[in-house]
Amino acid sequence: MSSQSEITLNGIGAAAGIVIGKVFVYTKHVPRIEEKSVPAADVEKEIERLRNAVARSEKELQKILSFAEQKIGNSKAKIFEAQIMILSDAILFDSIYKRIKKELKNAEFVVHGEIAKYQQLMMNSTDEYMRERAHDVEDVKNRIIRNIQEEKLISRFEGGSIVVSQSLTPADTILFSRNEILGYATDMGGVTSHAALLSRSLKIPAVVGLRDVTSHVHTDDLIILDGYSGVVIVNPSEETVAQYKRRGREMARFEHRLNELKDLPAQTIDGKLIELSSNIEFIEEVRFTKAQGSHGVGLYRTEGMLIGRDAFPSEEEQFREYKTIAERVFPNRVIMRTFDIGGDKVFAQSYSEENPFLGWRGIRVTLDRPEIFLAQMRAMLRASTKKNLWVMFPMISSVTEVRRAKELVAQAKNSLTAEKLTFDDHMKIGVMIEVPSAAVVAGDIAKEVDFLSIGTNDLIQYLLAVDRGNGIVSQLYQEFDPAVLLTIRHIIKEAHKKKIPVSMCGEMAGDPIATLLLVGLGLDEFSVIPYILPEIKKIIRSVTLREAQKIAAKALMFSTWEEVKEFLVGNLKRLTPDIPLPEHLAKDSTAGSGAQP
Amino acid sequence: MIEKEIVIKNRAGLHTRPAASLVKMAAKYKSEFFIVKDGLEINAKSIIGVMTLAAEQGSVLLLRFDGEDEKQACDAIVDLFERGFDESQ
Repeated sequence: MSSQSEITLNGIGAAAGIVIGKVFVYTKHVPRIEEKSVPAADVEKEIERLRNAVARSEKELQKILSFAEQKIGNSKAKIFEAQIMILSDAILFDSIYKRIKKELKNAEFVVHGEIAKYQQLMMNSTDEYMRERAHDVEDVKNRIIRNIQEEKLISRFEGGSIVVSQSLTPADTILFSRNEILGYATDMGGVTSHAALLSRSLKIPAVVGLRDVTSHVHTDDLIILDGYSGVVIVNPSEETVAQYKRRGREMARFEHRLNELKDLPAQTIDGKLIELSSNIEFIEEVRFTKAQGSHGVGLYRTEGMLIGRDAFPSEEEQFREYKTIAERVFPNRVIMRTFDIGGDKVFAQSYSEENPFLGWRGIRVTLDRPEIFLAQMRAMLRASTKKNLWVMFPMISSVTEVRRAKELVAQAKNSLTAEKLTFDDHMKIGVMIEVPSAAVVAGDIAKEVDFLSIGTNDLIQYLLAVDRGNGIVSQLYQEFDPAVLLTIRHIIKEAHKKKIPVSMCGEMAGDPIATLLLVGLGLDEFSVIPYILPEIKKIIRSVTLREAQKIAAKALMFSTWEEVKEFLVGNLKRLTPDIPLPEHLAKDSTAGSGAQP
Repeated sequence: MIEKEIVIKNRAGLHTRPAASLVKMAAKYKSEFFIVKDGLEINAKSIIGVMTLAAEQGSVLLLRFDGEDEKQACDAIVDLFERGFDESQ
């Protein structure tokens, strides 16, 4: 139940922007058909909705049909043609329209009733084939009813709402975007990030991965949605609303000014050039990166390709995907990470683990299934001909795993050479440092590879033994914990001793409060979500390397995260006073009383 | 009005694909076209109706045409049944 007290929920900011508005809770369900009366005056509207729903159903089926014709051949695609014919069955719809007018009942009820009659007759058949056809009819019926209900849903949106849902499919996002939607908030994240991506391209603020936002709000509750810091505030006080309105205006002004930085290099005042790149999961995101200036990709999560399937994509399919990305990113460079599955990254699994975060995930999976690894490596190598593709391995916890992976890379190269296929023989190989053991032996790992990339999200979780998703302990997850800082310093030092560069692709790389510190520690590359690129660039351009080094050295002397953070915020304010800081609103300070034990 | 009794020849019966062909053919003619099977009468210009007949191989159907082009309609439809809906099997 939502009480009147202010509740702050933390998720993942998926699309930038701040909106304040009423909630519309969107629940997905198998169409439930209720019998309702329609006032005589509204009958025409009801019929109009049905007509639109049928037209839309037909469009959907036409798309499926042409797809089916290509994929499964003309004769089998006829099943969909029959479904389309049902939609234009004049005899059927005449009787439906007549009944709506005569009985003054809602469209979905009548559609269901009329079609169910035929279904029943089919079910009575002794012929198995005919009984199966009843399911086709069921499909069409559900499609029409869903479309009628969506027509009705849209009509409820006038005035604009923030849609709150367990998850949103790309189709949902498009559906809502046709209306005046202020923003999206969802329980789930990750798997549905296709929707997050779409909301970004539609410029609708969104926060995903809130876990239980649907159980905290009801339709018409007032909420604040902050797509910058991934926060949703339920029942905000007047004061909080005013604060966020101000922050929204500041951010809008600031973003406008950042645009001027687009084509400038990310370098410190004294000329130290820092590589600034972005994290992506889908091909479509490359253009968000490009819109922010000429930047490469520091992390391409290949597991995005696995969404919605139950088998690994073939080498050919992967090759086409990787080649397209490498070409679009060219002349910049893209770092592709091999499949990082398991843990919280959902993939159709036929097994279950007591503790998936300490279980079979990342490189552990692909080393155990070399055929998967080899297919992916061959695809990446074949896509590397423009020499702008690097590869890295996730969840490495020992040198042994690095060596085993490199052996497989060599094997993939040999097989390609044998087949006379071209590839970049010097394709750079790197390792994600996200397991504490790998951080400790970073120097030994650095001897084996061309670069390291720090994955802070997992590294911090493992280092501090905190599950971020567990609300009871999530406050202990602190990127400014001195243990985290010392670990990062160690990784960078060890890599530089071996003369290889270090990048960071976790959320910490995109936190403006951490930028000065990381520059000072010698980080070579920041890989962040595209829309935060200009902000990080602005901070890098506001400081000399020497000063950043001093800031980092001082930060490492504190013994609590609170002191570190306060110190860094002070320096950031001093160097870039116009950056609208979320510090009094940020995740760790909004919970009010009892935030810290 | 013309009435004609036919027996379904093709193996799969009047399943989805033949039903679609049948309705498409019927739509070309102005005449009304009904099919009666086991006492159930359906409008054969309605795909969902034809699907409902669940007419298997060997079923006996009564075709009824009524309208200005009933002769042509009847010939064309009966021919379609005779050809077993051009199924290759």
